Amino acid sequence: MEKSIFAYQSEPTEYIKSGDSGAIEALIPERFLQRQEPDLPQATEQDVIRHFSRLAGLNYSVDTGFYPLGSCTMKYNPKINEAVADLPGLAGVHPYQDEKSIQGVLELAYGLEQFLLAVSGFQGLTLQPAAGAHGEITGILLIKAYHRLASKKEKRRIILVPDTAHGTNPATAALAGYEVRQVKSDEAGDIDLADLKQNLSPEVAALMLTNPNTLGLFEKNILQVSKMVHEAGALLYGDGANFNALLGLVKPADLGFDVMHFNLHKTFSTPHGGGGPGAGAVGVVEKLIPFLPVPLVKKKGEKFYFDYKVKHSIGKVRSFYGNFLIAVRAYAYFLALGEEGIKKVGRQSILNANYLLRKLKDVYEWPYRRSCMHEFVITPKTGWQVNTLDIAKRIIDYGYHPPTIYFPLIVHEAMMIEPTETETKNTLDEFSAALLSIAQEAQTTPELLKKAPVNSPVGRLDEARAARQLILKYEKAR
Amino acid sequence: MEYIGNTEADNKQMLTEIGVSSASELWSDIPQDKIVTQPLGLPAGLSELELRKHLRNLSDRNVNVEDYACFLGAGAYDHYIPSTVPVITKRPEFYTAYTPYQPEISQGTLQSIFEYQSLICNLTGLDVANASLYDGATALYEAAHLACDHTQRRKIIVSRALHPEYRQVLKTYFSDAGIDIEEIGCAQGTTDLGELRQKINDQVAAVLVQQPNFFGCLEEVEELATLVHEHKALFIVDVYPVSLGLLKRPGNYAADIVVGEGQSLGLPVSFGGPYLGIFSCRKELMRKMPGRVVGETVDNQGRRAYVLTLQTREQHIRREKASSNICSNEALCALAACVHLSSLGARGLKAAATASVIGAHRLADGLKDLPGWRLNFTAPFFNEFVATAPVEADDLNKQLLKHKIIGGLNLGRLYPELPQSVLFCVTEKRGPEEIENLLNILREIKQ
Amino acid sequence: MVPAELKYSESHEWVKQEGNTVIIGITDYAQEELGDIVFVEVPKPGRELKQKESFGVAESVKAVSDLFSPVSGKVVAVNEELSKTPELVNKEPYTGGWIIKVELSQAGELSGLMSAEQYEKLIKEGH
Ligand SMILES: Cc1ncc(COP(=O)(O)O)c(C=O)c1O
Repeated sequence: MEKSIFAYQSEPTEYIKSGDSGAIEALIPERFLQRQEPDLPQATEQDVIRHFSRLAGLNYSVDTGFYPLGSCTMKYNPKINEAVADLPGLAGVHPYQDEKSIQGVLELAYGLEQFLLAVSGFQGLTLQPAAGAHGEITGILLIKAYHRLASKKEKRRIILVPDTAHGTNPATAALAGYEVRQVKSDEAGDIDLADLKQNLSPEVAALMLTNPNTLGLFEKNILQVSKMVHEAGALLYGDGANFNALLGLVKPADLGFDVMHFNLHKTFSTPHGGGGPGAGAVGVVEKLIPFLPVPLVKKKGEKFYFDYKVKHSIGKVRSFYGNFLIAVRAYAYFLALGEEGIKKVGRQSILNANYLLRKLKDVYEWPYRRSCMHEFVITPKTGWQVNTLDIAKRIIDYGYHPPTIYFPLIVHEAMMIEPTETETKNTLDEFSAALLSIAQEAQTTPELLKKAPVNSPVGRLDEARAARQLILKYEKAR
Repeated sequence: MEYIGNTEADNKQMLTEIGVSSASELWSDIPQDKIVTQPLGLPAGLSELELRKHLRNLSDRNVNVEDYACFLGAGAYDHYIPSTVPVITKRPEFYTAYTPYQPEISQGTLQSIFEYQSLICNLTGLDVANASLYDGATALYEAAHLACDHTQRRKIIVSRALHPEYRQVLKTYFSDAGIDIEEIGCAQGTTDLGELRQKINDQVAAVLVQQPNFFGCLEEVEELATLVHEHKALFIVDVYPVSLGLLKRPGNYAADIVVGEGQSLGLPVSFGGPYLGIFSCRKELMRKMPGRVVGETVDNQGRRAYVLTLQTREQHIRREKASSNICSNEALCALAACVHLSSLGARGLKAAATASVIGAHRLADGLKDLPGWRLNFTAPFFNEFVATAPVEADDLNKQLLKHKIIGGLNLGRLYPELPQSVLFCVTEKRGPEEIENLLNILREIKQ
Repeated sequence: MVPAELKYSESHEWVKQEGNTVIIGITDYAQEELGDIVFVEVPKPGRELKQKESFGVAESVKAVSDLFSPVSGKVVAVNEELSKTPELVNKEPYTGGWIIKVELSQAGELSGLMSAEQYEKLIKEGH
């Protein structure tokens, strides 16, 4: 238990000279001013640094260990990316500077767009969205604008999402004003073609599909799905959260996707920041380009410029141009790997996942018995006296971050494991040994799992109490 | 340069263990004719040395606020960042972790977010704050969305003195969604109360203003709040957090939701991002709040600990009924704000605000005495103000760049009613000699 | 635990008749499925409900369940205790954990609800 930043009682270090605070009354009328200072910490620089350094020590992270959190692509975050993102000519550029004074940043943004188009097969792109889910709403608004222009009568009011979909997909569709209909998965773990057919109608605007899907399986009927969706006059939205599997191997546009978001913080190695910032570029096919958010980055001769004249633009989805410094990191990643390196990413991620799966599939329940892509889902065997939560917590005791658990929702007690391509065989061997050992314990000493974790800064938390008593900020009195 | 650990031999051995003769068998579900065989068209990989040089070259081609004196604000502010901030945000334990789904090994992130929430509440004077949203503009949208949901009304009123890009974001999100957006004009640089009085009625879910507003002017927030609440609409205020070192806390003038762009709390201008969407609201609205929230609880040994809570609002549980679709947020930016505020303390924040206000007024005073210049508005202002120049704003700025000065924003492009107008911003980073220097140069620039 | 004297809906609410009003709560089975209940959203007294209309939600830490009214009528009282101690629904689902009181507008609807025996059969089949 680390004390609160509010518990310190020292003098803050002077970073900024106070100046003549008496002058303020002459400049700003009294009615606007706050008499009592805001309650902020009272800590010297040394206190602050120690406090937050100690907090850092309570975290697990990619840089401290293996982090096989499914669907999140916790690959290694190269350090050169961090270094270049600090360059004063990148971090220190104001978003409203004159175009002539920002040719370097525009070239970088333009270059990243070209790279993303090259690996995805799309024709147009925006870097404006700040994350995957933000890319989703951008993409769905593009689809909405497209249909609105195509037909004044406005009858496409439904968006289809598979039952394996990530929660952001239905949330996004509803946010954009659509009715959400769920499409079933079949026994093999693919979207159920018969159910899809039933649900497709002239009222459907789009199907939001993740491929590989959240079971870690490649939707093997993708070409058929894309054909059916397009024949119904709907568009195919791609949730690119799992694009890592396909990177360098296949281009989503070639599979029939009309629009897809990229999660730069997953596929393109930018760090996850303890929850963000990420970045969510959106790629589109030709016919959606006229709807993209403004501005677009264009090139004329050797000059780069912002183009605000996008005919049917949906407008803007955030201020300025997106999470630029995240784009810088993704750009650096592309340049480091280059053609040859990028081609290995998807392939190696698939190989690593299948290797780990091979080690675990006989000991854990393996609901979808197919080669996986970059991740896979397993569950505890029936009969074990423990559940997935217990296993996850025990994994902590073995020194690893647990996988994603209880997602996707269609698998009872799901455990979704994504090793990523940056991990070595050695790490995978050690991790699988830990999971096999835990499987043993689950059968012989389940109480070890129930009590886990014991090797962590705190034990299991009382989440019900947190939700009932709701202490959401520090209160002085306590 | 690649970041793959395995050797060819490792891979071979893995394939053997899997029981396939070639890796391509693993992706046999992919339609074979769709597998990429042609070059992607990417350049060859660079070494780290080459990469650094390349990025250094790109960086050198941009004017930046380290090498130039910046008088540009308009939603992105060049404030001083204590050296503590990058030291902490660059700790790999923070920046290479993800959302704290496993609280037992994420207490660092969780406690820092809890402290961030507390600091935001203390600044805004409201009851609760979330763990962050993408930026100020999307935070404003989320607030308007919440207001419509809470009041079950379908109209919002927005001041034209609110950041033009934020208003554009509102329009984009609400297009075709059955929500009306009505804009209210300005008088003397602040929201026109008379016009608002005419337009507001009991169908209005919320009124949205910015304090200080886009022109830097101070809105008569108390009068606004009273008017808005007479119609049982929500009063949503978009704040500039640094200003809260001096200005009245929105909770004290009965704002219902306070949002803001948190960039000015420890983040570089960064060509527009990553930034930080601040969101806080009254307790009654808490269960409809967007985004993640951290709460305090105890672990199984009774030790105080922190955990994500109120999760049933969120997309991973409530799916299409979620209060928002946000998943990844701006946690590291919230950490930066937390360290920034913890380092400065109330005195430091006040010092930054005070120095900014004094500097801006010094510049305004000097400008209004220059031939051909005039200040557009009479309303009290904070650290930004609008002045009309004797020359085109773009020409002016071109000249200033030669003197290593980044001039103010050309407002005419966003507000056709304000031709040749410039929005100037001064922060504590601009010393008196830089302001003097700017004035001297402007004096020389002829019509 | 399925009290014999109550009536049940397919969405796992129980109904206890007291003259022309009924008390409504969720069953022991339902609270068990949800886990630790942390919040119960209740309607404002005075609201008119139709049969099968959603009148609120019960939330655990990681799940949300809509509450459906087994009968039509006007909400005349809500259990105020639940705002402070939602766990009453877990601890005493059939007594202290009641949720709303409704004045019946279609008394005939009661006969369409399940008996304890029928409900027991339903949950045995795992619905
Ligand atoms: C399948 C899937 N879709 C969408 C998202 C949302 O992406 P983000 O968190 O970047 O908004 C995620 C990740 O969290 C995901 O795993």
